[in-house]
Amino acid sequence: MLRFALRRILTLLPLLLIVSVAVFLVLRLGQGDPALDYLRLAQIPPSEAALAQARMELGLDRPIPVQYLHWLGGAVRLDFGTSWVTRRPVLDELLHYLPATLELAGAALFLVIVVGIPLGILAALTKDRWPDQLTRLFAFVGASIPNFWLAFLLVLLFSVQLGWLPPMGRGGLEHLVLPATATALMSTAINLRLMRASVLAQLGERHLLFARARGLPERAVIGRHVVRNALIPPVTAIGLHVGELIGGAMIVEIVFGWPGVGRYALQAITSRDFPALQGFILLMTTVFVLCNLLVDLAYAWLDPRIRFGASTS
Amino acid sequence: MTRQDWLLWLSLGLVLLLLALAVVGPWITPYDPAEADLERRLLAPSLTHWLGTDHLGRDLFSRILAGTRASLGSVALILLGVLAIAILVGSVAGYAGGTVDAVLMRVCDAFMTVPTLVLALFMIGVLGTGLANVIIAVILSHWAWYARLVRGLTLSLKNRDYVAAAVVAGGSRFAILRRHILPGVLGQLAVLASLDLGHWMLHVSGLSFLGLGVAPPTPEWGIMINDARPFVWTSPMLIILPGAAIFVAVMAFNLLGDALRDRLDPMLAERVH
Repeated sequence: MLRFALRRILTLLPLLLIVSVAVFLVLRLGQGDPALDYLRLAQIPPSEAALAQARMELGLDRPIPVQYLHWLGGAVRLDFGTSWVTRRPVLDELLHYLPATLELAGAALFLVIVVGIPLGILAALTKDRWPDQLTRLFAFVGASIPNFWLAFLLVLLFSVQLGWLPPMGRGGLEHLVLPATATALMSTAINLRLMRASVLAQLGERHLLFARARGLPERAVIGRHVVRNALIPPVTAIGLHVGELIGGAMIVEIVFGWPGVGRYALQAITSRDFPALQGFILLMTTVFVLCNLLVDLAYAWLDPRIRFGASTS
Repeated sequence: MTRQDWLLWLSLGLVLLLLALAVVGPWITPYDPAEADLERRLLAPSLTHWLGTDHLGRDLFSRILAGTRASLGSVALILLGVLAIAILVGSVAGYAGGTVDAVLMRVCDAFMTVPTLVLALFMIGVLGTGLANVIIAVILSHWAWYARLVRGLTLSLKNRDYVAAAVVAGGSRFAILRRHILPGVLGQLAVLASLDLGHWMLHVSGLSFLGLGVAPPTPEWGIMINDARPFVWTSPMLIILPGAAIFVAVMAFNLLGDALRDRLDPMLAERVH
């Protein structure tokens, strides 16, 4: 297990490195002169002298590979540079906002699993009868509804009309319910359909015939033989959901005034705060990669065939 | 007609209607969708303003109708962009193999390592805001999956007998790719892409909602919802109606994607139903 984990980590590091090089190149070779943006944000008039000064301060006068290595050297020591807008270390600011986003995405992931999986099993076991049709409708609506619009609909119903839940802000569980629901619905719908298909595929397996022939009660056949095997595709897909949920959370945050990374990123985008943008994409990618690593490890633990390298390509 | 035929025709009709509105919508609006009239702010629906007016007195029905073009147009351009890059990268990687393949696939991996919305936000940060940049950002955050797919399909077709026959017959590499491999790839690609159209539309409207897309006063559904946020308590219809437009359009595309998959790819449909 440990060797498997190490091998996975060793394949992830080069990927993160490629991403960091690409991000760096895009920012340096992309549109405009970073020194101009820097001066604009510092509210210094862009004279020739000021531009030269800014280029020297930002290290823009050195060759790009040197700039990259200098920056990477900082990044591995967890120094992502200073925001051009707030003049504070980018990593400190991001880590200040990250827990709120992770709380929201985590709560949404919880919903995706505890709602999607049982409903998927129910749908498969009642194939083509009314519970299945109802979940089909739910999944269809869920896959088509914009999360930020759903967020407003939930606020209109549960906060404005009924007054049950707060429309804004972060706090206890009552603050979490609406944003988590809005973030989770689409992935829940996808997860439900995936679990349904997976259970249906398992129900066609021949070993069930033997299980029934052995006189196992139907509950045990479903619980022990069908559901456990059927869980493997949805568990694999969790890694994909995590990426969608992080993205979804950042949009839903804006509706609920949730103090997360989404708002910080939005500010960095509109003000063209390059160090903040760079820190944002690398931190969120690292979080995403780590979540996927956890999913992989859970998966290998569930399915020994993976662990022992039968299909690690 | 079976239930599946019925769904296919219904969704096809809806999508065609939306496409028609995207083309002629801005010309047939009862009012100028960008013209403000502060005398007529926040009017309730009436015979003169079918869906009422917004906080600047603009006719809501006209704005929603005119907004069809931005949403449908972006999705069409995203489809073209994603398929063009994916076919180019995927078929070259699959057909060339070796180092070219390895390098291209590492690039794909890098793009797939970043969550799609995070990558889109970053690209908009670099390129600047605006609908064109939103479209580019969504293309850049989605092409890699398709490139991998095209590569896989190319690999599986490359060793078929009829391709070997074309090689023996002395066809050039480009001719073989174009005449014998790409037609086989395109069919599968079309089915999968149709399943993603709704998803792309949601991405575009989400980014527009964040204020990163079209500049005001151009009508677009996502930014209309953002504009109406201060009025969520007093005039919720300003949020509900543009959102309903997104919902209906995405649903039409999803219905069509499902129906096409059932019709054209029975193997895939078998696994889902």
